[in-house]
Formats: sequence, structure tokens, C-alpha cells
Amino acid sequence: MRHTVSALVENKPGVLVRIAGLFARRGFNIESLAVGQTEKPSISRMTIVVDVADRPLEQVSKQLNKLINVLKVSDLKASEAVERELSLFKVSAKPETRAEVIEIVDIFRAKIVDASRDELIIEATGTEDKIAAIENMLAPYGIREMSRTGKIALARGGKKTE
Amino acid sequence: MKMTGAKALVKSLEKEGVKHIFGYPGGRLISVHHELHESKKIQHLLMRHEQVAAHAADAYARATGKVGVCMATSGPGATNLVTGIANAYMDSIPMVAITAQVGSMDIGTDAFQEADITGITLPIVKHSYLVKDATEIPRIVKEAFFIASTGRPGPVLIDLPSDMSMSQIEYDENAEMNLPGYKPTFKGHARQVKTAAKMILASLQPVIYAGGGVILSNAASELTNLAHITRIPVTVTLMGKGAIPETDELSLGMLGMHGTAYANHAISNSDLIIAIGARFDDRVTGKLSTFAPNAKIIHIDVDPAEIGKNVKVDVPIVGDAKQVLTELNKQLAEDMAKVKPLPWAAWHDQIVAWKKKHPLAYKSNGDLLPQYVIEQIYEATKNLDAVITTGVGQHQMWAAQFVKTLKPRTFISSGGLGTMGFGVPSALGAQVGRPDAVVFDIDGDGSFQMVSQDMATAAAYDLPVNICILNNQWLGMVRQWQELFWDKRYAYTDLTPGMPDFMKLAEAYGAEGIRITKPEEVRPAIERAIKSKKPCILEFVILGEQGVFPMVPPGKGLQDMIYDQPEPKKGGAK
Repeated sequence: MRHTVSALVENKPGVLVRIAGLFARRGFNIESLAVGQTEKPSISRMTIVVDVADRPLEQVSKQLNKLINVLKVSDLKASEAVERELSLFKVSAKPETRAEVIEIVDIFRAKIVDASRDELIIEATGTEDKIAAIENMLAPYGIREMSRTGKIALARGGKKTE
Repeated sequence: MKMTGAKALVKSLEKEGVKHIFGYPGGRLISVHHELHESKKIQHLLMRHEQVAAHAADAYARATGKVGVCMATSGPGATNLVTGIANAYMDSIPMVAITAQVGSMDIGTDAFQEADITGITLPIVKHSYLVKDATEIPRIVKEAFFIASTGRPGPVLIDLPSDMSMSQIEYDENAEMNLPGYKPTFKGHARQVKTAAKMILASLQPVIYAGGGVILSNAASELTNLAHITRIPVTVTLMGKGAIPETDELSLGMLGMHGTAYANHAISNSDLIIAIGARFDDRVTGKLSTFAPNAKIIHIDVDPAEIGKNVKVDVPIVGDAKQVLTELNKQLAEDMAKVKPLPWAAWHDQIVAWKKKHPLAYKSNGDLLPQYVIEQIYEATKNLDAVITTGVGQHQMWAAQFVKTLKPRTFISSGGLGTMGFGVPSALGAQVGRPDAVVFDIDGDGSFQMVSQDMATAAAYDLPVNICILNNQWLGMVRQWQELFWDKRYAYTDLTPGMPDFMKLAEAYGAEGIRITKPEEVRPAIERAIKSKKPCILEFVILGEQGVFPMVPPGKGLQDMIYDQPEPKKGGAK
């Protein structure tokens, strides 16, 4: 089962490698990982997506909690959190197909952020499903390159993401 | 006050109350040793190998309860500490390891004697620091000692680039810790304690299973009280030896792969296991799926990650063993005043019957047997202030079986990592920490030869350690597995070729050497060693093909124990 783990960590050198190392040592594959500062510059949030069974995940989150630089770890459920990912697609868009590509961009409320004679760079944000859908739609036109941020997430409503 | 980073380090260590450091100099560390040399509060002991320094600091911590400190230079010095750090990590021993590093500007350039020691040790430290600003040294040292010694203890590494130790800084005497993410739980949950007490009083076949956590949190007297209040039998892990005097009628000795038959039977047949400061290691549980099939489990541990890691727990209590046991004992005393006496007579009778049927014993045939030697070491030291340390292998397991540990911190052995070569360094560390104690290292010929160079340290500092080599001329534990499970193909376990003359070795290091070949020579030799103020090497030339029994074969359940010591064999494969 896939889990989104959100960890608040001290914004210090070496923290990322401690966390990544812990996942590796316990035999987990990180599907995506996004790190950035929070509202407090001394604290970063890591959003880690892993595919594991429930019980070992509990073990990993307990082990994560033991790391001195980790402040808080939570397992976010999709229904209780807003999850977003940002992706950039460099798509082939020759004059004869350009209009169709732009139409797809509109449907997905994505954005064109760069244009050249034969290519467009498209910026899309959304859930993983939405990113997968737009990728699927753009594929026939030829995706030259693609870059994804990995998922970031916050708990919904008044609840703090802890 | 202006001073160098090196001096600030030494001052910070003094402030933590450090009395001894086990170390080895090197280029990048000279500035630190330069300052240590002037310290009136700290004695630096020059070992002959960094690995020995780390093990000695580890054993010093085990013997005294204080944080052990070891120190090595950059590169190979640091990597030589690695086994010792891993050993301390596996057994949760409070230790601070200080390594020098190449200058900050040279890090990452493959400079001479550069090793990324914080990277290398990442999975085997509780925490680590790479100093990037020398003014932070006082705070880092303070945090390192706090982290190493609180919660579930463990090793902390401080890597100190040489420009940091040489730069001039303003020493901040009142540096404060900043550890927002570190909050170990000490006090057990009150409701869980109540539930546990209720469950204990409702059980019919309870067993206490005590591990190293009881020793680490100085909870042996609370644990013994728990047993005495309730009359529940106690089995201990290798790390838990000393949690209850093993002469106590409630003591079942050690459980697990080479545990006593009655301890393993008691666990396998129990309906309630009260696990305290123990982690259900595979050497304890055997095959997990058949472990204690009918038992409910109360698990008291300071580390929440241990709860439910290997076995399903019914009542988890996260907290310090000493505090939780104090509360639990209080609760039990209260409850027992109200509840009828427990119907445990049948359970006690059953255990007595197991003890009678499968006692811990060996068959004597006139040969010099290792078990006899260890029994005699125990007999000769039981009324003394004595510390027993061990290497790793057969001798270690015989020591665990036949030394009845009476007090905490008097049986020191490498448990989780099973590090051969731990015997001599641990004897040195224990003797430094407990200068008035009689220290016996029960060692093997293989284990000893991994670290024999450090007899020089014993000689240099007049440490009267007694190194007992049970010489069977084999890597005995591997040989035993080869005999039982690998078609008796004794691949690379025969140590006869190249076997040194240990008496000459003793002489070379200015130690007293005693070779013992007959049972009647054992006791006088031990007595002579105890009286001697010099380091001693006692070589017991024991029967070669003796096995450690009982034994739970690897991958089998505790129920599938091989009970009996086979007839001692004459001659053997050689």
C-alpha cells in the first residue's frame, strides 16, 4: 500500500541523508521525496511517498521519530489531506498539432510556460491521478522530457499536519 | 575566554565529568592530544589499536554506568573505531566517539587520511556531529553526552576537522543544548501500568524476561523486587545477566539459543511474558512463529520502536525500566492486598521439575573441560568485587551458562553484534573504570588473538587484568555448527597451525603466564592470578571438541532444543 509520510525536520545539513539512509536500511523504496522550508525557516517539511505494508511502515515511522533532527512524523491519509504535485512536460507541438495540445492544456487547467518553434513546455499541478491523466493525453504528441517534483501535502481543515 | 577549539573540547569534556579517554593519536588529532596532555582531570590511555579503544570505552561504560569516551584520528583511525561503535550501538551502550577530520576546506577532496566517518557510521550511531563552526564545540559536546546517556543509550560521534580544533574561539562556558526533536519518554503510562498489574494477577504461568535495559537503567533491585513480591520466575538475556542474582531461587538463568532448558520451557509454556528492557532478538526467540504460542506479552521498553517490532504486544509500556517497575511494584502491592493469593503453586512445581530433569550440567571424564574452568572462576570470585568479561564464541556461552552473575554491571559481553576480540579490551575498560575490582576475561584462543597486541596497554598502565584463554585450538563455535549442521567439514576453523606460545607472549608483555592442563591445577592458578598485581594470561588447554549445550538449532523454535551435552570426545578430528 502506498503511504504519504510527512516529516517535520530541523533544517540542518545531513538530515536528508539520515532519513534516506533509514529507509534504505529497512528495505523501503522511496517513490518520491520533496523537501522545502516551512513557515519557520529553521524547520523543513519532507513529504515522502513509499509503498509498504502497514506494519513495517509503523516501524519506519517509529525509527524516523528516533532520529534526533526529526521533530514530527505523520502518515497522511489521502482523504484527509490535500496532495499536490507539480510537473513540467516538454511536448512536441508542430504547427499542425499545436492547437490540440493547447486544448489539452486548457482542459487540465495547466499552463504553457515556454514555447519554441516545435515544442511547448507545459506546467501542470494536481494530484498524482491528474498528472498521470495529462501525461497520458500528451503522450501521443511526443513527450520529449518530463520532470516531476514529487508529492507535497498538508492535512485538511483546522488540523495541523503533524 | 579565548582558546583553541581543541582546548574548548577538552574543557567541555572535563565539564561532563570525563575521567578517562581511550584513544590513539594521529596527525589531525595532535592539537587535541596536545591539550589533553595538560588536563589534570582527564587521563588519556594510549591503546595499541583504535578498535580496542572503542571496545574499552564501551566496557568502561558498562562497568561504571558512565559515558565511555574514545578518540581516534581521521581516516584509518576513525574507520578502526567502526566495529567498536557498532558494538556499542547494538547493545545500547552510552559512548561518545571523537574523531579528527581533515581540514574543512579539504573535505571531499580525497585528502590524505580522509574518510567520511559521519557517513560511514550513519546506521550505527544514535547521532553524529560534523563540527562546522568551532564556537559550537561546547554545545555539541554537551548534547552528545546527553543524547548518549538518556532514553535508549547509544554511541554519538563527533567529527572534528583539524582547522576547527586549531582555530581560536571564545569559549562559551554556559552553552545550552538545542534539541527540539529529542524527547525520550521516561514515565510509563499510568493506565497501562494498571492494566499490566491486572494481567499479571490474572495469569497462571507468568515469566519475567529481563534484558540489558534493566541493567542500563539501574533497575536491578526494582526487577528483583518485582520477582520477590509476585514470586514470578525470571529469565534473563545475555545483556540482562545481573538483573537478578542468578543464585536466587526464582532465577532461571539465560534463555534462548544456549539458554537453560528450564528457561526455554518456562517461556514456551507461559501464558504471560513480562518483557523488560529486552528486544525479542532472534537468539532469544528462536523461530518467531513458534515462540511462546500461548503467551500474552507485556513489553516495557524506553524505545517505542522496539514495541511490536518482532512480536505482537498486548500491553506496551514505553518508559524507563526503573521508573516503570517502581510504579508497577507499587500497583501490584496495592492490588495483591485486595486479590486472593495467586494459584501459582502448580507452575512453580512444574519449573522445579524441569530444573530437575534438565539441569545445567556437563559430564566430567577427567579431561580439562571449559565448563569446569568457568565454574571455578565463578567459585573463586563470587565473594569478591569481581567483573567478568568475555570474548565471543563458545567460551562466551559457557561463561553465560556457568558464571552465576550476582550483581548488575559485573558481566560484560558483546551481545547484539557478537564481536570477537571484545574480551581483552573489555577487561581493560572495566579495570580502568573499576580499579579495585578483580577482572577476569573469559576468552577464546581465536578471540584473544584478534587483540593480543593490547596486552601492551595492560602492561603500560599496570592493569592487573586476568586473561583466561580457553584454548581448544579451534574457532569453536563455528566448528560446533560445522559438526552439527555442515557435515563435519571443518573448513578454516582449525587454529592449530600458527598457534602462538601464550606463555612466551605473556613474558614478552611482562605479564604473568600460567598454563593449566589438568583439572586440579585450575583453582590454584586462578587464586594465584587473583593475588598477582600484574596482568596475567592463564592458558587453559581444554578438550578440543566440546560443544555448547543446550542448543536451539538455528531457525528452530525454543521447543526444539538439543538438551544434552554429548559424551566428551577424546582426541577429535585432528
